[in-house]
Amino acid sequence: MAKYVVKRICYMLLTLFTVASITFFLMRSIPGDPLASMAKTLPEQTKENFYAKYGLDQPLYKQYFKYMEGLVHLDLGESILYAGRSVTSEIARTSPVSGMVGGTALIIGTFIGVCLGMVAALKKNRWPDYVVMFIAILGATIPVFVLASLMQYVFAVQLGWLPASGWGKPVHMVLPVIVLGFGSVATYARYIKSSMLDTLGQDYVLTARAKGLSERAVILKHVLRNSLLPAVTIFSSSIVGVFTGAFVTEKMFSIPGIGLYYVSSINNNDYTMVMGTTVFYAALFIIMQLVVDFVYMILDPRIRIASDR
Amino acid sequence: MEKILEVNNLQVSFHTYAGDVKAVRGVSFELEKGETLAFVGESGCGKTVTAKAIMRLLQPPFAEIKKESKIMYQDKDVMKMSKKELQAYRGNDVGMIFQDPMTSLNPTMTIGKQIMESLMLHRKLDKKQAREEAIEMLRVVKISDAEKRVDDYPHQLSGGMRQRVMIAIALSCNPALLIADEPTTALDVTIQAQIMRLLGDLKKERDTAIILVTHDLGVVANFADRIQVMYAGQIIERGTAKEIFYHAKHPYTWALLASVPKLDTENKGELYALKGTPPDLILEMNHCPFADRCEYCMGICRETMPEETLVDGTHRVSCWLQHPSAPRVQSYYEKCGVREHE
Repeated sequence: MAKYVVKRICYMLLTLFTVASITFFLMRSIPGDPLASMAKTLPEQTKENFYAKYGLDQPLYKQYFKYMEGLVHLDLGESILYAGRSVTSEIARTSPVSGMVGGTALIIGTFIGVCLGMVAALKKNRWPDYVVMFIAILGATIPVFVLASLMQYVFAVQLGWLPASGWGKPVHMVLPVIVLGFGSVATYARYIKSSMLDTLGQDYVLTARAKGLSERAVILKHVLRNSLLPAVTIFSSSIVGVFTGAFVTEKMFSIPGIGLYYVSSINNNDYTMVMGTTVFYAALFIIMQLVVDFVYMILDPRIRIASDR
Repeated sequence: MEKILEVNNLQVSFHTYAGDVKAVRGVSFELEKGETLAFVGESGCGKTVTAKAIMRLLQPPFAEIKKESKIMYQDKDVMKMSKKELQAYRGNDVGMIFQDPMTSLNPTMTIGKQIMESLMLHRKLDKKQAREEAIEMLRVVKISDAEKRVDDYPHQLSGGMRQRVMIAIALSCNPALLIADEPTTALDVTIQAQIMRLLGDLKKERDTAIILVTHDLGVVANFADRIQVMYAGQIIERGTAKEIFYHAKHPYTWALLASVPKLDTENKGELYALKGTPPDLILEMNHCPFADRCEYCMGICRETMPEETLVDGTHRVSCWLQHPSAPRVQSYYEKCGVREHE
């Protein structure tokens, strides 16, 4: 077990290193630099000072090694655009906002998706199934930005029930959570439906019925757990869905989260900010995957035993 | 003797896009307390469907038990049972074990919990008592180290052990009837013998009636009191084990007997195999269903369904060869050179 964990952590570090390296060189291969957009009129001397300050006058490989050295010490550097602010503190300031919106959307979306999937499986080929599958198809096909503007138009502009954008009060979270969570609802509804139909056809469900268990007990004790198992594996990818969705959603609803900063720092060629945020995203995703794997081990005794041996 | 199960004119259809598959076509039989009855026949002849129908385990709306069918367990009408009554009947009055022990147990639940479930449901035991009883049941089905095994998950057990666990679940509430649906088909031959011996011992100890569904005549030979040979959803010959093995009258039963490998024959030739396949069960059948594959087929066999006729004692057969004016044909026993009345 300990050996397995150590192995997984080594792989995690390797993945992070790769992501950081690729991002570093990709960013530098984009034409222009942090000064390109705003500082055409700066005096030559100021420009040179600027480049020297961030080490941008050094050869690329030296910059790379310097960055990697900082990364090892968990130092993500200083934002180029906002002088004096460290990338770490920016992430620490903005990520809780994103975490709150994304986390709420993920939890509510997953819960509703699982419930809808169960309903669709248990009422297969009857109207609840058709309704759920219609919602699932909508969720899978409507792009986040279309849904977001639609929501803003209906609930903010026409009905005036909710604010169209902004941040600070709980009501500001309602629309972004709906927009972000809709994807999870769609994914889980479809996934749980098929996995539950599969489980319902298993022999052990027949055994459970032959014992005289009520239909409720059969579903709760024998079907539910076994159909949730495969759904755990898609949890990590739906986390990614929520994060990538957040780039658009945060921009559209003006939520001061990490996604909003990520997009603007890419536009401004803020090298250190983009690097730091990418590494942060990658680390978060890899850790989530590890967590999902451990959850799977807790839920499925077959995997637990195999890894003990 | 006390009658515990009576099935009358059981008809089961499956609704498919191609049409209604009439899997069971008017099966009637009775079962007495402590008796072992075997359903024998090839795949798709309605054995398992009959067994599941007795438990009402066929899922509507896909499967339909026709309303003319009557299933009486002791004095209760199984077809008219409410949901609650059915739950009390399943597991408590009638236990069932299935063909494949590898898939019949819930993979994410310990075997102990799976045995305890029915104990807590039907015998109203609390958790601690149920666990004690589950360990006791594991001992009854001869699983060694029962105290430790009770916390094992199914994947930690071999196929034979899993089938023992299934038997423990089925017998835990001491049902008067056990339905064993091909209990040994998925096991290898040495384990088959062990499981059959275990079932035989338990049957004697507990005086449980057993319905054994199998396609293997070898399995039933030393086990069943009575045998019903099924073909295309009907019982075509029935009688005591002795009557079926030594005095069979139906050409289909002869074919089944002929296709069992024998160790004592000098003949090194090919093993007999019945040619053709059973008829399409979507079709209505107004004649003998076996006519197309029967080597003794006569004109009438393709025109009218033969009535079930009494041979003697409990032995009944549905075949036109039994008609007084039918020609005398060479039976399976005469062909093999065994005397029929051995």
